[in-house]
Amino acid sequence: MSNWIIETEGLGKKYSLRHLGANRGYVTLREAVMYGFRRLLQPTKLPKIASEDFWALRDLSFGVKESETVAIIGRNGAGKSTLLKILSRITEPSAGRVRLKGRVASLLEVGTGFHPELTGRENIYLNGTILGMAKREVDRKFDAIVDFSGVERFVDTPVKHFSSGMQVRLAFAVAAHLEPEILVIDEVLAVGDAVFQKKCLGKMQDVAADGRTVLFVSHDLAAVEKLCSRAILLEGGRCRADGPTAQTIADYQASIVESAAVDLTTRKDRRGAGIVRFTKIQLLDENCSEQSIFLSGKPIRVRMHYHADGSKPLENCRVSLTFNGWGKIYFVASTELVRDDCLNLSNEGFIDCIVDELPLSLGTYYLGPFIEVNGEVQDWLESAATLEVEDGNFYGTGRNYPQGGAGATVLVKHRWHVPTKASLEVTGRRAS
Amino acid sequence: MDELIIESGRLERQYWADIWRYRELFYFLAWRDLLVRYKQTVIGIAWALLRPLLVMLVFTVVFSKIAKLPSEGTAPYTILVFAGMLPWQFFASSLTESSGSLISNVNLVSKIYFPRLIVPTSTIITSFVDFLISFAILVALMGWYRYIPTWHVVLLPVFVALAIVLAVGIGVWLCALTVKYRDFRYVVPFIVQFGLYVSPVGFSSSVVPHKWRLLYSLNPMVGIIDGFRWALIRGEEHLYWPSIALSVVLSAVLCGCGTRYFRKTERTFADVI
Repeated sequence: MSNWIIETEGLGKKYSLRHLGANRGYVTLREAVMYGFRRLLQPTKLPKIASEDFWALRDLSFGVKESETVAIIGRNGAGKSTLLKILSRITEPSAGRVRLKGRVASLLEVGTGFHPELTGRENIYLNGTILGMAKREVDRKFDAIVDFSGVERFVDTPVKHFSSGMQVRLAFAVAAHLEPEILVIDEVLAVGDAVFQKKCLGKMQDVAADGRTVLFVSHDLAAVEKLCSRAILLEGGRCRADGPTAQTIADYQASIVESAAVDLTTRKDRRGAGIVRFTKIQLLDENCSEQSIFLSGKPIRVRMHYHADGSKPLENCRVSLTFNGWGKIYFVASTELVRDDCLNLSNEGFIDCIVDELPLSLGTYYLGPFIEVNGEVQDWLESAATLEVEDGNFYGTGRNYPQGGAGATVLVKHRWHVPTKASLEVTGRRAS
Repeated sequence: MDELIIESGRLERQYWADIWRYRELFYFLAWRDLLVRYKQTVIGIAWALLRPLLVMLVFTVVFSKIAKLPSEGTAPYTILVFAGMLPWQFFASSLTESSGSLISNVNLVSKIYFPRLIVPTSTIITSFVDFLISFAILVALMGWYRYIPTWHVVLLPVFVALAIVLAVGIGVWLCALTVKYRDFRYVVPFIVQFGLYVSPVGFSSSVVPHKWRLLYSLNPMVGIIDGFRWALIRGEEHLYWPSIALSVVLSAVLCGCGTRYFRKTERTFADVI
């Protein structure tokens, strides 16, 4: 008998991407009936509904011991959420098995089940029972929950009058008072103010210190490093690394660098409906020749090649590009920010994003392209290319800060005004 | 410590134990629906009384004054209508509410685990509360007419139970179908409207020619509504037993199949919804 509290063996989850009812899981009765009829009339001619299997999770085996805090990290689409959904029994695996010893509570999204018309008090009871607490348990913890959330004064006000911050605090307070053996947390820290985030982190540390097991998913690598002793890196649904947090994070960062160099057409870690996909990102200088290293303050032209499947015209597009560092966005360039016209694109080609004076200091950055057609996200990659920046002459003085040191940061043109002695005397007299 | 194994295609034996563990959720979801329904309405909870009263009024006027259908036995027509309307209203609102219940609770289904069966069944509890309110009105009405039912009334709970079983069976089934085929959102109101005319709500099923009676009883609501009338109204001595038997069998079968279908498709709800 192993002493694992969570044990997975060859876990896999398959989704069929149906081409018939693209983009939604459900079908309409009409489609099902029509398809059935056509199959009956001409059973040989009609091809089977084209469907493509996509393994969101594949052959995943790992074990978690009691009172361990384990982080799951990886890019979007790596299978983190799918894994959590399986562990919290929201969805069923297609292959393999999971063995769980004890009650699992998941905090996949705080505040689910809140009803805007109900008061804070009513919502605490409702949400508590949805999360699996008994009424007696809620009765007992009610004061602690209200106290933790800090919304005592509004507990009898309908939640719709709460600010979004208050709602999140209340929801987290309810969830934080569950007492499961296994707590699964997904990106809860993405919301709320800094003070509350600190409180939440503290609460999670308490839970872990209490000898309970915590599974934590976050993009916030700093929080992961602080909270978890061990981290599992998922990539394309498989486990790529599993070990001490610092080691796994290093692997993760290495994998981002690596993937930035590969052909975009084979990438799976993308979001969006997909009628148009980015195929290649080129980094060009002012003469449109490809470069590998760029200087801050110099122009850069990011050429984003794309290919559309032609099912819809690319009308009313919005294209943007994020310049990212580790887990944070430095700045965003977007067509809607600087252009007033309605952007229509041809089915195949490229679009250039030109930054006249690259405002980034010495460091490595990742470019995240994004395209939307008629308000619907079509393609979005978190890091599609690596941008290496060397310190250049951004300020026109030839100097950079920190002098000689490397600190990835955004550079902003600015001025200083130093008053002369005479003007100081004038201001001084005015002040007195 | 209890161990849980999650595996593909495994019908968890723990399912019913889980339902028991989450039993308070039935109450809280029903309570939420009731609470929310009357919030922000001018007369609030009075709607619960007003709705069945208005429906009863319309029925009485339409069927007794305009269509001039004869009353049966010694009961006033209002009571005759009301006794038939009670189970029908319960059944119809159960169907309407439960079939759409999972779709309107998408955020719960895709984010949190709990036995999904609780969602449609808790809406049936909500409808049952309405039923009890209407029933109280009926009792008041009988008091007003100084109308006392016979010993048959002892069997009323049996017919109530039958109505619940049938409502759960069809409601749960439609609920699962609506998740998969969104067209059912439009099918359900049609079923409810059509059902009203093929069920003996505004008339007594003795109007139906005898040779068609058995066929007519294939509608499981016929037996239930007849049973309600028989239990509540004096003079309805002859209960058509084949119809009751058919109702019992059909309700049981539908309930079994409905829950089975729900359990079978439930595992993919989060992926499909």
